[in-house]
Amino acid sequence: MKFQLKETTLNILKPGDKGKIKSFNDIDLSAKLQELGCVPGEWISVEKIAPLGDPMMIKIENSFISLRKKEAEEIVISIKED
Amino acid sequence: MKEVSKKIALIGNPNCGKSTLFNILTGLQQQVGNYPGVTVDRKTGKFSSTAGKEIFITDLPGTYSLFPKSIDEQIALQVLLDKNDISHPDLVLIVADASNLKRSLYLATQVIELGFSAIFVLNMTDISESKGIEINTTALSEYLGCEVVKMNARKAEGIEELKNLIEKPLNNALKKFLNHEFVIGEKNEDKFSFSELVLNFEKKFNFYSNDKVSQNEYFKKAISEESILRYRLLTDAIPKFVSKIKIDTSDTTKKIDHVLLHPVWGSLVFLAVLLFVFQVVFSFSEYPMQLIESLFSKATSLFKDYFPDGILKDLFADGIIAGISGIVVFIPQIALLFAFISILEDTGYMARVGFLTDRIMKPFGLNGRSVIPLVSGVACAVPAIMGTRTIANYKERILTVFVTPLMSCSARLPVYTLLSSLMIPENKYIFIFNERALLLVMFYLIGFVAALLVALVLKFIVKSKEKSYFIMEMPSYKMPRWNNVFLTMFEKVKVFLFDAGKVIIAISIILWWLSSFGPPQQMMKIESEYETKMALQPQHQDSLMSIMNSKKLESSYAGIAGKFIEPVISPLGFDWKMGIALITSFAAREVFVGTMATIYSVSDMEDVRSIRQKMADEKNRDTGEKVYTTATCLSLMFFYAFALQCMSTVAVVYRETKSKIWPFLQFISFGALAWIISFAVYHLVK
Repeated sequence: MKFQLKETTLNILKPGDKGKIKSFNDIDLSAKLQELGCVPGEWISVEKIAPLGDPMMIKIENSFISLRKKEAEEIVISIKED
Repeated sequence: MKEVSKKIALIGNPNCGKSTLFNILTGLQQQVGNYPGVTVDRKTGKFSSTAGKEIFITDLPGTYSLFPKSIDEQIALQVLLDKNDISHPDLVLIVADASNLKRSLYLATQVIELGFSAIFVLNMTDISESKGIEINTTALSEYLGCEVVKMNARKAEGIEELKNLIEKPLNNALKKFLNHEFVIGEKNEDKFSFSELVLNFEKKFNFYSNDKVSQNEYFKKAISEESILRYRLLTDAIPKFVSKIKIDTSDTTKKIDHVLLHPVWGSLVFLAVLLFVFQVVFSFSEYPMQLIESLFSKATSLFKDYFPDGILKDLFADGIIAGISGIVVFIPQIALLFAFISILEDTGYMARVGFLTDRIMKPFGLNGRSVIPLVSGVACAVPAIMGTRTIANYKERILTVFVTPLMSCSARLPVYTLLSSLMIPENKYIFIFNERALLLVMFYLIGFVAALLVALVLKFIVKSKEKSYFIMEMPSYKMPRWNNVFLTMFEKVKVFLFDAGKVIIAISIILWWLSSFGPPQQMMKIESEYETKMALQPQHQDSLMSIMNSKKLESSYAGIAGKFIEPVISPLGFDWKMGIALITSFAAREVFVGTMATIYSVSDMEDVRSIRQKMADEKNRDTGEKVYTTATCLSLMFFYAFALQCMSTVAVVYRETKSKIWPFLQFISFGALAWIISFAVYHLVK
């Protein structure tokens, strides 16, 4: 079965959604996130969104990372489109 | 003194168990010092190796890579690169979280590639094993080109093996992992290897800077490229020494987060935790504090009984012992708050507090982690300000330090109680609410709102070298380590006693001198006058004595200062008597009550009722009107709400910001704010 890949940014994902990191729109942010293991090609999943809507918590490999929606907006990911 | 045979440094990601290992190795043999020019603490210690040689060890700030993104990380790199730094290591212990191996190896291979002799400490192996991750240390050691030791620092497993390895001669394997040349510049001018990239970047740039240096962008691109390449390398290498023997689906941390970050349950738990912190700092510490106070007052009276009369006796009893007592009395609050903070940090809940509250605090330029300090500021600003260390971002930390004293602390309570009782008769109610209680609640709210608003203003004024990111790791939940909790309490109390304590003692002696000395002729005249009176009427000795003390205070330098500042404070409705109290309150706000007692010659300082009566009866000499009108009392309350009348806070802000500018700015701006608001309140109500 073939599925289509759709490009979007991390901030619009809901808890439970998964995506593959494609690129970063902000160079400083990319350096910060990449040293944590969020390198292009890795799968990340959204775990939680804080009760007041911001920040969000993502999971990559074995670790959980929290970041603000504004920062998530700079992360381009590809998701499966159904 | 044994000669230091080796200097080692601990480096690792935050939350990798680095500090636990440091605590186990050094125990109480550790010290907190400074790195020049920054507020980062230098944690160093000593321990003996198996052969009895002395090892000097430094716990470097946690970092994820050798390209610093914050001042703390910059320090870690500087110590590694600066051969003249006292902590510059001969041997680096790279501490790794075994359940997060790839990220630990990212830093480890960077450090090894710079040419350091290293030991790779594979920590938290119990967690990784429970997750079904098996690590072949022989293969890993071969890959890294350095010794690998398995450890479980929480249970002190692997410590002996590590101590034996530290004894071994150094080996600079000079292993290279990344064979790549990074191009800096438009036309391939500079080609750097990894270590050249680190060295050049460190000299010229840093990530947390907003400076737009043209070449900076090339460096940033190269660094971004470096992390992608190195992670790719590690992804390929890891299967050589890691095997997953079972697939683990139960993730405890995820399950706990499901409750603790839940919109309803999570918020309830959070409020309960806040309430508990408040309770701990506010009430639990009360008993030991009272004990300390009564012990010191007993010591003072014993001292007064046995020491011959004279200046020296007064200096010791009222200056030095009072000063020491004023410092020691903070110990229970500091110890309890830090026990609590270190439990919250250790378990991983502090990161969740940040996660839950970031949205509320962010608009004010504060951080989710500002919440605990602000709430404990309701008990006392001193431990609260010390608790701001947990805020990583410099600007957010400074803002929290700055506004915390505005929170209504417990020392304001006696002042508020006395003044509100002068304004509102007992048993006056609005619906079912006692009016005095309502006023008190209002002042707590004013403190909180003022703290947020001042932070909001400062947000636009304070310039920061760091960018405000909120990217942080959420550590997995763990049981607190009581050894760490104890050491944190011990260290914080020590820092307070010896760093802030010096300033407090000095100010305490100055205040004592101001209120017990005056122009000698004047003072002698009062003394001889009342001594004659007392000789004539021995039955009235007590009341004459308190009248004499009142007269002496009036003629003292503090009294002169009170009269001197009267023109400044009379627009607020204050007279010189209140001026004296404003000055002496600098020792601690509640001293206001005691000073009022002395001024109105109430012999028993604890007798608040008669102090209140005397104040209520006070009439203006010229107009014959009541002095403590509603306008004056409210104005005074507002003044106490805003002004930074607390030498201990000033001392601790000085210690925590390592600068004289911040406490000075705080003192001046809060003073000005207090004056303006009291002025407005006085004239509106009058």
